[in-house]
Amino acid sequence: MLSIKNLQAAIGDKQILKGINLEIKPGEVHAIMGPNGSGKSTLASVLAGREDYEVLGGEVIFNGKNLLELAPEERAGEGLFLAFQYPVEISGVSNTNFLKAAVNAIRKYRGEEPLDAVHFLRLIKEKMKLVNMDQALLNRSLNEGFSGGEKKRNEIFQMAVLEPRLAILDETDSGLDIDALRIVANGVNTLRRADNAILVITHYQRLLDYIVPDYVHVLYQGRIVRSGNKELALELEEKGYDWIKAEVEAENA
Amino acid sequence: MEKTDLKSLASAYLQAHLPQSAIQKQAVEIFHTLDIPTTKHEEWKYLNLKNLTNRAYLFANGNVAEVAIEKARSFVNVYDEQNANVLVFVNGVYVPALSHIVSPESELKVGNLRQARSQYAREFEKHFGQYADAHQHIFAALNTATDAEGAFIYVPNNQVVAAPVILHYIVATDAQNLLVQTRNLFVVGTSAQVTVVEHYNSAESAAHSLTNMVTEILVGANARLDHYKIQNEANHSSHIGFTQTWQLQDSYYANTTVSLSGEIVRNNLHIGIDGENCTAYMNGLYVLDNRTVVDNHTVVDHRKPHSHSNELYKGLLAGNAHAIFNGKIFVRQDAQQTNAFQSNKNMLLSPHAKVDTKPQLEIWADDVKCSHGCTVGALDEEPLFYLRARGIAEESARALLMFAFAQDVLERIQLASVREYVERLIAQRLKMEI
Repeated sequence: MLSIKNLQAAIGDKQILKGINLEIKPGEVHAIMGPNGSGKSTLASVLAGREDYEVLGGEVIFNGKNLLELAPEERAGEGLFLAFQYPVEISGVSNTNFLKAAVNAIRKYRGEEPLDAVHFLRLIKEKMKLVNMDQALLNRSLNEGFSGGEKKRNEIFQMAVLEPRLAILDETDSGLDIDALRIVANGVNTLRRADNAILVITHYQRLLDYIVPDYVHVLYQGRIVRSGNKELALELEEKGYDWIKAEVEAENA
Repeated sequence: MEKTDLKSLASAYLQAHLPQSAIQKQAVEIFHTLDIPTTKHEEWKYLNLKNLTNRAYLFANGNVAEVAIEKARSFVNVYDEQNANVLVFVNGVYVPALSHIVSPESELKVGNLRQARSQYAREFEKHFGQYADAHQHIFAALNTATDAEGAFIYVPNNQVVAAPVILHYIVATDAQNLLVQTRNLFVVGTSAQVTVVEHYNSAESAAHSLTNMVTEILVGANARLDHYKIQNEANHSSHIGFTQTWQLQDSYYANTTVSLSGEIVRNNLHIGIDGENCTAYMNGLYVLDNRTVVDNHTVVDHRKPHSHSNELYKGLLAGNAHAIFNGKIFVRQDAQQTNAFQSNKNMLLSPHAKVDTKPQLEIWADDVKCSHGCTVGALDEEPLFYLRARGIAEESARALLMFAFAQDVLERIQLASVREYVERLIAQRLKMEI
């Protein structure tokens, strides 16, 4: 589904990603962990098409297409979804109108008819239950005045509505209390299917108790330096990142 | 050779049409003492009137051709308001055939100002020429001097007018540059209430037009006036408007001015708050492209204590458009406990668009709350990326964000038919579906 080969990217003069390789197949859940500044969020941003980053080399194939040649909206149309680390507040655009625009833009990209008001509302009602989304939040401006937990829940709600093939959760757990984390994780787990995949980017192992990954990768200094199964996450939790840093530096020395 | 600049043409016109009343005679005198302002004049610093006032205009007066009325009809029909009082003026002339009054006369005295002079002589004499101070404003002096037609609206004490008053001012000229004078007088009696909408439109034409408008308003004690001015004229049409509102105690006045096109648009909105416990809203929205220039000059003069004024003007500027905002707040020594808020926010959508914004506060009272702020910026990248990452194409995402920017002014339009009409025009401009 997603194949990343030797991906290198920079912001300004600073190279952040120094050759990422990653294969994700349908039905899989991958977790990327790593210390602050290792390039986790850069990877998410480059995949979603944020223009602040310059791709220096490598390739990303998503569903057989060269992802890096697509505009952000085309990537969304292909079924890529990024749950933002910091969801943006947009005053004057209601949550509902935004979602309707998004749903119908993606349907248009796929050559489908737009949803009428009745079917759209039915879809919204159904998905709201997944993340205990409050109707009042839907009528408000997008993310405006939402608490941290409400914003993250809204991201997962959007994911539920848009039904992506690949969802990238960029530190969706950071700053959430345990109740909010459970709601978010529960929503994500309900959306897991044999034909979609999830890439969880996180700093903390705790989320992985709730969203159990098939593979765990450690990102450090712009490269994936270790890959393993969920046991690797537990090991990181127990020992911190220092031993990995030490090992990598020893290898490079 | 005969001079054809506006001042010379107007002087010749005034010699041929001698003033009737004392107020008119005085206005003629004032007119002769003033000059067409240049950009050296502080109040006209950013607005160059040279092109506008060096053109030769025909003074529209008294007659309107059938063909112009037919063109006007389409503008009137576009606007869908059930159960409204509608007055239509074409090239400055009242057109009864396109107008209709639904409110009973006991509730609303309404009609062409020129007829009101005799029909409602008592009310007319008491209020006409009492509020708009023409001494500093040559265009207002000219307007007063020329016996212009326009709307007369008088709401007796305690009357709540259920049906809004919709005023259409339409210019339709084929070959000749046309100067149109329009004069309005709105009086809302004690504890009375009414909604008035002014629509300005013009037919596309190679010839230019200039509308010189003066509106005088009295909002009586405990009264309420919701007042809208919607400007959507063609690109060869200009507008110089002077609205003077006078508020008595416990009154509420909300003005919303929406400017969408035209060549040069100058709006002076002056509000005198001459009573305690008044509320005044000044809401403004300008969505401009091409070479349109819109200059909003507002003045709120707090003369008595315990009143509240709230001003929000926002603009979206594309193409080579130019917007000017000058907002003055006066708080006089007697006006303690005044609460005055002012905000002007602009979004530049093209490197050639331009904004000049100038807040001006003069405060003599010491126990007041006043705040003001202005911003000029471009569309934020972060929200744009967020929308695009959800599948919304870049152009649509931009339109959505621009519409959202206008939203807090649009929300202040309380008459649904007006709000929907304006939203539709803006959506068309932004090429979006709503």
